[in-house]
Amino acid sequence: MAEQKELQVQQKREVEQPEETTVPARFYQPNTDIFEDEISLTVVMEMPGVQRGNLEIKIEKNVLDVEGKIDFSAYKDLEPVYTEYNVGHYRRSFSLSSKIDQEKISADLNDGLLTLVLPKAEEAKPRTIKIS
Amino acid sequence: MFTSSRDPFGALFDLQRALESRFTSDWLRGSTAASGTFPPINIFQQGDNFVAIVELPGIDKSKLKLEAKENRIRIFGEKTVGYKEGVSLHRRERVSGVFDRTVSVPVRIDADKIRAEYREGILALFIPRAESDRPRAIAIN
Repeated sequence: MAEQKELQVQQKREVEQPEETTVPARFYQPNTDIFEDEISLTVVMEMPGVQRGNLEIKIEKNVLDVEGKIDFSAYKDLEPVYTEYNVGHYRRSFSLSSKIDQEKISADLNDGLLTLVLPKAEEAKPRTIKIS
Repeated sequence: MFTSSRDPFGALFDLQRALESRFTSDWLRGSTAASGTFPPINIFQQGDNFVAIVELPGIDKSKLKLEAKENRIRIFGEKTVGYKEGVSLHRRERVSGVFDRTVSVPVRIDADKIRAEYREGILALFIPRAESDRPRAIAIN
C-alpha cells in the first residue's frame, strides 16, 4: 500500500487584477481542479465559507467567470487573537478551450466545494481521426 | 475587535487588516504548536470564550476527528480528492492527504464543553474558558 501523503499548507493566492477595484478588499483565487471527459468539462473549486446565494457564475465569449462572496458578518463579534490565514471573497476566470452548451451547465455547492459541469456542445465532441 | 467603518464596503477590509495584524501574534508562543502545519487555523476571542476557525473544504465529515484534553485540541483526519475514471486532467490544484494537528491554547478551557460545527467547508470550534479562569469581580468591604 502506498504511504499516505501528509498534507502541506497551501498559501492562499491573492487575485492579481489588471484593474483596481473601488472596494479596498482582497480577493483570493480558489484552488481549482479541471478535468474533461468525452461529454463534459468539470470544474471543482474550493470556496470555504461561500453560501449558495452569494455565488455568481457566468460565461461570456468563452470565458468562465466565477465569483463567490463570503458572509463576513459572522466575524462581527470576534476579536482575532491568533491568525494563520486571511479571509476574503473568491474570484477566478478561465478561458474555455471547448465550446460549451451553456443551456445545460449544472452547478452544485457542497461543503465549500463548487462543482460545475459544463457539457460540451455537439460540434466540440471529439472525433476519432483515422490514419490513412 | 475589528472596528467596522461606517462604510459597509470597508468592513471586509477592516477584518482583513485585523487578521493580518495578528499574523505575528505571540499568543501561542511558548507552546509547542507552530504555524505552518495543516490545517491553518484562526483563533478569535468572543467575550470570555474562544472560537477557532479552520477552512477544510470538501472534507468527508466521517474522516474528520477532534479530540480535546486539558488545554490541547487535536484536529486530525484525511482529505480525499477523487476523480472519475477515464478523465483527462487540465488542472490539479486541490491537495489530498492526511493531517494531524494539535494546538495548545495558553488559557484554561473547559474541554468537555467544546462545541464543533462544520458548515460550508468551515470547521468552527466554540471553546469555553474554564470557570476557574474567568475573571471575578472582587467586592470591596
